[in-house]
Amino acid sequence: MDGRDLILETRALRRRFVTRKPLFGPPVEVRAVDGIDLRVRRGETFAIVGESGCGKSTLARMLVRLIDPSEGAIRFENRDITRLEGAELREMRRHLQFIFQDPFASLNPRMTVGALLEEPLRAHGIGTPEERRARVAELLGRVGLLPQHASRYPHEFSGGQRQRIGIARALAVSPKVLIGDEPVSALDVSIQAQVVNLLQDLKEEFALTLIIIAHDLAVIRHMADRVGVMYLGQLVEVAPADQLFTRPRHPYTEALLSAIPVPRVGAKRAARALEGDPPNPIDPPSGCRFHPRCPYATELCRTTVPELAIGADGASVACHRAQELTLEGLAAEGGGRSPDAEKRFALYRARRSEREGANPSSPSQLTEI
Amino acid sequence: MAETTTNTPARPGRLREFWRYFRENRGAVIGLYVFAAFVALALGADLIAPHDPTVQDRTATLLPPAWSEGGSWSFPLGTDPLGRDILSRLLHGARYSFFVGIVVVVIAATGGILLGLIAGFAPKWLDTIIMRIMDIILSFPSLLLALVLVAILGPSLLNAMIAIAIVLQPHYVRLTRAAVMTERTKDYVVSARVAGAGRARLMFITVLPNCLAPIIVQAALSFSNAILDVAALGFLGMGAQPPTPEWGTMLAEAREFILRAWWVVTFPGLAILITVLSINLMGDGLRDALDPKLKRS
Repeated sequence: MDGRDLILETRALRRRFVTRKPLFGPPVEVRAVDGIDLRVRRGETFAIVGESGCGKSTLARMLVRLIDPSEGAIRFENRDITRLEGAELREMRRHLQFIFQDPFASLNPRMTVGALLEEPLRAHGIGTPEERRARVAELLGRVGLLPQHASRYPHEFSGGQRQRIGIARALAVSPKVLIGDEPVSALDVSIQAQVVNLLQDLKEEFALTLIIIAHDLAVIRHMADRVGVMYLGQLVEVAPADQLFTRPRHPYTEALLSAIPVPRVGAKRAARALEGDPPNPIDPPSGCRFHPRCPYATELCRTTVPELAIGADGASVACHRAQELTLEGLAAEGGGRSPDAEKRFALYRARRSEREGANPSSPSQLTEI
Repeated sequence: MAETTTNTPARPGRLREFWRYFRENRGAVIGLYVFAAFVALALGADLIAPHDPTVQDRTATLLPPAWSEGGSWSFPLGTDPLGRDILSRLLHGARYSFFVGIVVVVIAATGGILLGLIAGFAPKWLDTIIMRIMDIILSFPSLLLALVLVAILGPSLLNAMIAIAIVLQPHYVRLTRAAVMTERTKDYVVSARVAGAGRARLMFITVLPNCLAPIIVQAALSFSNAILDVAALGFLGMGAQPPTPEWGTMLAEAREFILRAWWVVTFPGLAILITVLSINLMGDGLRDALDPKLKRS
């Protein structure tokens, strides 16, 4: 896997929404996504985190062209897809599929599961009816459902099952990139682990590239190779997951990490809780957008916009004081567990892979985070 | 668990659920039975009717119903001024009424749903054009507009039906467009787009089935409207032409005998009343059962 092989990238991607159009004067605009340069490598799991309203969902929808960008370019496999229309757009979507947040809203209640899974195949004219039916059965099996389930309606399934149907539907046309807009946040915690594990298994099996939007950092730490942190429509830090969690370089990342509850007796909590609400994106602050809430802000931050600078270690951060600050992250992965617990987990994992070897289609109930 | 329930088909489940909600409304069930009885009578009119509806018996003009003085059981509901059996005419008239109802609803609903779908999916300028035209049609009193249309097309049952269908159509357009607007922003529609569904598939296969419940209710209610309007046009001489045994036309023909022979106007009037009432009751039940906004739980 070539680390430099970019599968999806965006250049200065922007999206503005008009919120109010007065009779006179210029319309009031929200800059939901404001200049994002994203580079996603083939085969990695890239996560985008940020608080509500920071533009993550808009970004995800722009990547599949469900929302058209106002400015900037999206390139998929070195091809500009920003302005594709009609048949070309459809062909492109074959390779870029989307998983929705709410499994209750994203499946047509009037279609059977079989018809839902067949729809993308039919739309792209893949296979004969028999081949498609076989493919539907195969997909159902792959996500841990039975072939007989094809004749049922979505309302007969639980949330986790529905989300797996949504994943199977996205997989039907053998995409190269799977974009998940909060794919697990509508599910129970126990079911979340199931779906997360399924996504990871599928990623390896089909050599997928995953782009996961989330606000749950625990899920991200478990899944992602690299993480991009968004604040008010801009990326403030992009770094490999381990590095981001243990050595954050942007004060906002530090604040996000400090909000994760630590499941350990006597755990030291960083006193870095953010104060105030995120600023209004209609009228973003001058200079660094984070400065009104940043404990380290200086005069420079108030006046000058920091650039997203690529550091020596391949991680990039948009902060004037990134070099001088030492920020507090989380303990290294696994450090939170006693050696005994670690041993038990290892055993459990071994058992699980043994069992999965015998029956690969059963989704595991493992709730390791 | 999966194995035991896999073979339960979903279809009867939905029908049974519909019936459960429908049955709660007593009036709707009565309406359904009355409506079914009328349909049966209309279908069997040839067998049940004692006389030919257009044959005149000169020896028995304006005969009162059988149970009143001077009546005869060979004309159970009496005869009209030309000596035709009112019962036979009512039975055959029922056919016209249901025929009119079905045809009008089919024309109005098909056109209305199509226009509504287009308006819901179209760019704003086309949507505006369609909806303003519908607003203009709705701003006329419906019977007046139908009268004008019939005057242009020429009086006949077929033209009356076309006119009424045009008058009823805007309701379907509005209803469909509103339903499409709320449905099309939902995730499952976006998901169909991601799956590669084309515009036509999105309109007819993804969105339309999810908008049908209020449209079905509207269809049932406008069925009675159509019957009423055709009767009204017939009464004004602009609908079915004599000697067609259409209920409204029968009323018009008998108008001058209202004071002398009450039965010539009462029975056609009652027939219209009962049919329309039963359909409206049934429509209310349909609404209770199908409209998600009125559903409990």
